[in-house]
Amino acid sequence: MRDVAVVGYAQRQTTQFDGSPTMVELLVPVFQELYEKTGLTRSDIGFWCSGSSDYLAGRSFSFVQSVDAIGALPPVNESHVEMDAAWAMYEAWLKIQTGEVDTALVYGFGKASAGTLRRTLTLQLDPLTMTPLWPDTVSIAGLQARMGIDAGLWSEREMAEVVNRSLSDAEKNEYAIRKGGSSVEDLLARPMYADPLRKHDCAPVTDGVSAVVIAAGDAAREITDRPAWIRGISHRIDPLHLGARTLTESPSARAAAAALDLTGVEVAELHAPFSHQELILRREIGLADDVTINPSGGALAANPMFTAGLNRVGEAAKRIWDGSANKVLAHATSGPALQQNLFCVMDGSN
Amino acid sequence: MGKQRAAVIGVGQTHHRAVRSDVSIAGLCREAIDRALADANLTFDEIDAVVVGKAPDLFEGVMMPELYLAEALGAAGKPLLRVHTAGSVGGSTSIVAASLVQAGVHKRVLTVSFEKQSESNAMWALSVPLPFIMPVHAGAGGYFAPHVRSYIRRSGAPTHIGAIVAAKDRTNALNNPYAHLHNEGTTVESVMASQMLWDPIRYDETCPSSDGACALVIADEDTARASDSPAWIHGTVMRSEMTTAAERDQVNPLAGREAAAALWKQAGITDPLREIDAAEIYVPFSWFEPMWMENLGFAAEGEGWKLTESGATAMGGILPVNASGGVLSSNPIGASGMLRFAEAALQVRGKAGDHQVDGARRALGHAYGGGSQFFAMWVVGAEPPSN
Repeated sequence: MRDVAVVGYAQRQTTQFDGSPTMVELLVPVFQELYEKTGLTRSDIGFWCSGSSDYLAGRSFSFVQSVDAIGALPPVNESHVEMDAAWAMYEAWLKIQTGEVDTALVYGFGKASAGTLRRTLTLQLDPLTMTPLWPDTVSIAGLQARMGIDAGLWSEREMAEVVNRSLSDAEKNEYAIRKGGSSVEDLLARPMYADPLRKHDCAPVTDGVSAVVIAAGDAAREITDRPAWIRGISHRIDPLHLGARTLTESPSARAAAAALDLTGVEVAELHAPFSHQELILRREIGLADDVTINPSGGALAANPMFTAGLNRVGEAAKRIWDGSANKVLAHATSGPALQQNLFCVMDGSN
Repeated sequence: MGKQRAAVIGVGQTHHRAVRSDVSIAGLCREAIDRALADANLTFDEIDAVVVGKAPDLFEGVMMPELYLAEALGAAGKPLLRVHTAGSVGGSTSIVAASLVQAGVHKRVLTVSFEKQSESNAMWALSVPLPFIMPVHAGAGGYFAPHVRSYIRRSGAPTHIGAIVAAKDRTNALNNPYAHLHNEGTTVESVMASQMLWDPIRYDETCPSSDGACALVIADEDTARASDSPAWIHGTVMRSEMTTAAERDQVNPLAGREAAAALWKQAGITDPLREIDAAEIYVPFSWFEPMWMENLGFAAEGEGWKLTESGATAMGGILPVNASGGVLSSNPIGASGMLRFAEAALQVRGKAGDHQVDGARRALGHAYGGGSQFFAMWVVGAEPPSN
């Protein structure tokens, strides 16, 4: 395998982009910021890959317009996944592994505020047996949380502890759209939203764009003294049907994490859109107690659809770049109730 | 480690029809997958990863349908990727699947692409009104007709060239049992007599709207050598250009020209017309055959129609194009690009049945999408690549 590193990261996220800007308007400044941070220009990028969803945009071919943000004349080597942009990074990593290119710019985008997200995501379910019942994302997560509580696997208090830590840490994240810790008692005193979930147990609806640059070997070293080297990427999917799996577990997360060497991981950025899902992930990964979880505040502080997973990679890489950690783990999830999971291990050893 | 060799060892496709009401989306995919696995002599247990491709989710009304299809596609517990790159998606999906093997990550990858167009109205799905954006409301035919008119004006091509392509592809389709259209007796005259839809595109010069799926098994060198008649991948390429630019040449797009040049270089081909034995080119409207012959470098600019007129692209010509009947005979959009890649593989494997091009050793698979901004292509060969 070629050594490939994350060497640049830029993002914008907010509760609602003012003025309904197009994706081109949102992506151009993010690309510009990456060019400035990495010293690369458009023509230095060997491969472009993005992640987004037509249903979130409410139109077909929504990614087509985003290619205009690249300014793609002369033409570019480009691809797109209908997935979180973390999987676009995986495709770009593959492209670098084939030896065809040395650098890639990976981006994702989505305006979840344009619709009613929890209902839009219902359209991801089985169109014959599930979607007609319209179970929405929050309700499905509520069922999952309830099953774990009833089985004694976690408690409302443990969920509140996740929230309190996340929202306290989010105070240091300029892009967090929900922040400010209080106390576990205060959180538990708040009203139910989808029993046993309170509003703070559910990720806020978020609009966002984000992008990372990855580069191989010397190309990475030329950009930064301390690249975040990708030591492994692994992903798996579980069956979707809620009756076909044990909702308190995530076998795909367990199997994907087991394929990686997680010894010595100091920081983990986990994409858990609901507080109890962080507890499931931690159990499935088997992280040590002293691992710092989600110093960015994680998805409970901001969860832009189709970029939140890539943001976990960017946030984890930042801990390598600033020297505060030497080995980090990033995670992305997709589908209802942690159906599909990706892990990426990075370290700072040159 | 460098790029690993990869080959297609299994090909499967559905019987393409206007409405496949006998199967669900999952059943449609399984029809193609089961044939591809049987062809590769493999079972689901031996597949390392699954790559899914399809065009817009609005065509079936299911958001990211690969999530609910994961079990039916044999992907549970495995890595699954979902590619979406407009009409070129079937080609791009094949290329992503190939890259999993070429990168040395996996040894046996299953890739499937599909469209069940009868689940919705594609015209509606493509024409959702958007704020601040001028609606086209033209469908693909209305969008591409001006490009074709421009081609005719620029090249001075006689106006019946499109009908030659349509008659050829519809006749070729009679030898392909999977093709959607089996229109006996299609001639240049009958095409010319069909209803004008979007001048100069007549009804018989347009692709149908199909339900269908295509699947490939792509394997590493060791697995391929142990298999019967692998189609070795000699080169793959994807290129995209922007939508909004006055300087774009939409008749002969730069992205297509650059993609072809990069592809021929990768595959070590200097004279594509002589060195490629069969081509499966994405021709949804008849006139795109001569247009793409030029874009791909098989003919000089303005000369593509002469190849078509001379019979060079017919069965028995110097470069048979769309021996399968092509997109003009079957168009399950998300799968159409993969069908081109698959038919190219069948040709070099000698497994194309009644539409086999005699002695085909190297073949091109080509797909494009959007408003001709997106291109995906590969060259496959009967022998392993020399590089």
